[in-house]
Amino acid sequence: MASEDVKLLGGWPSPYVMRPRIALNIKSVNYEFLEEKFGSKSDLLLKSNPVYKKIPVLIHGEKPICESLIIVEYVDEVWNSGHTILPSDPYDRAVARFWATYIDDKWFPGIRAISRADGEEAKKKAVEEVIAGLVLLEDAFIKCSKGKSFFGGDKIGYLDIALGCFLGWLRVTEKLGNFALLDESKTPNLFKWAEKFSSDDAVKDIMPQTDKLMEFAKVLMAKSKAS
Amino acid sequence: MAEVKLYGSWSSPFSHRIEVALKLKGVEYEFISEDVHNKSPLLLKYNPVHKKIPVLVHNGKPICESLVILEYIDETWEEGPSLLPKDPYERAMVRFWAKLLDEKGLPAMLKACLRIGEEQEKAKEESTELLKFLEGTLSGNKFFGGDTIGMVDIVANFMSYWFIIWQELAGLQVLTKEKFPKLGEWMDEYLNSDIIKENLPPKDKLTEYFQARFEATAAANAAAAGGGGLPK
Repeated sequence: MASEDVKLLGGWPSPYVMRPRIALNIKSVNYEFLEEKFGSKSDLLLKSNPVYKKIPVLIHGEKPICESLIIVEYVDEVWNSGHTILPSDPYDRAVARFWATYIDDKWFPGIRAISRADGEEAKKKAVEEVIAGLVLLEDAFIKCSKGKSFFGGDKIGYLDIALGCFLGWLRVTEKLGNFALLDESKTPNLFKWAEKFSSDDAVKDIMPQTDKLMEFAKVLMAKSKAS
Repeated sequence: MAEVKLYGSWSSPFSHRIEVALKLKGVEYEFISEDVHNKSPLLLKYNPVHKKIPVLVHNGKPICESLVILEYIDETWEEGPSLLPKDPYERAMVRFWAKLLDEKGLPAMLKACLRIGEEQEKAKEESTELLKFLEGTLSGNKFFGGDTIGMVDIVANFMSYWFIIWQELAGLQVLTKEKFPKLGEWMDEYLNSDIIKENLPPKDKLTEYFQARFEATAAANAAAAGGGGLPK
């Protein structure tokens, strides 16, 4: 399908913004990346996403689509190029959507809870919860991948994108706290998967470098301490 | 022969959504009633992560989370009315509103009825803002789905019935026909449509159920133990 005007409102540090970018890369869709300035919201963003006022927003033609995973499904349904992102079987789709919801509602908030935890005990508990979540996801990986490299099989799929976008922040959290979250002994499959995902063609150029992300995280933390 | 079971609860709007969807599609199913305070081993086996209803079990395979189940039903039983439109942009809009209703709408509206003081005021404001957005999307259509009931109507079920009961118990008037005329019309259409009308839990029984839950929550609030939540 000929690419009409495709714009993506986003920011390089955001894992949610990575999701539609990976999807668009898989489909080889040319798009204009409109980087929002951190700390302010452009008029276009406020007009395109009046409900949440958040990135990412895909603007296709004149139509805005909001919420990262909804954008991924939209991209998959509109463009036939590349490979399909959602599984083709309805049950597999339901499983993928279930785990993506779990990742967003329970697992990633657990990572943020680590940095907000007050004191050693609380931090330890928060770390344990994230690792317990990864153990669940390890099991999901084994079931979904059916022996292949990704949740989606031979190629990156919806659930790979849903989880993989958080690898940058996961690594930053590990470095800042000096502990391992993705542990080769506890979650060997996910450990291997993380490398493969990060070096995939659709991902490698947009996965933020850990050092750059760490600098950004430090700026964020300093700002929140000051306010 | 496909075997379809639904683990649910008569009082839960989430469970009710799935019953409506299955009935709209003409799918026969066995309803297994769960007591959310005493969950069955089978429920815990089928939903080990969240341990919640509803769970749809189709030929032995469990599907959890009501929004995920609704899409599964639409994709699996293609005969019968579609719950989602065919156009990708319209599908994205349906998913957006469904997610908004569940992530922001229902929690804000429940909070507005359960909390007191500043927390309540904030939740009331949030609910009103969301209702304004929803009012805006109806523009001349009978249902959120257009001429026929679709996924957004089904997900919005709690607004038309459960929230009306909750706000009455809390003495609030957040969602009224005067303030939101289009939503008022939608509620009438929705509640009077065939499948919905025949399958709502009895109002007095539901009111009694939530009155007891609200009183328990108020007691907990008074003991400064924080509010309750709606068990799914």
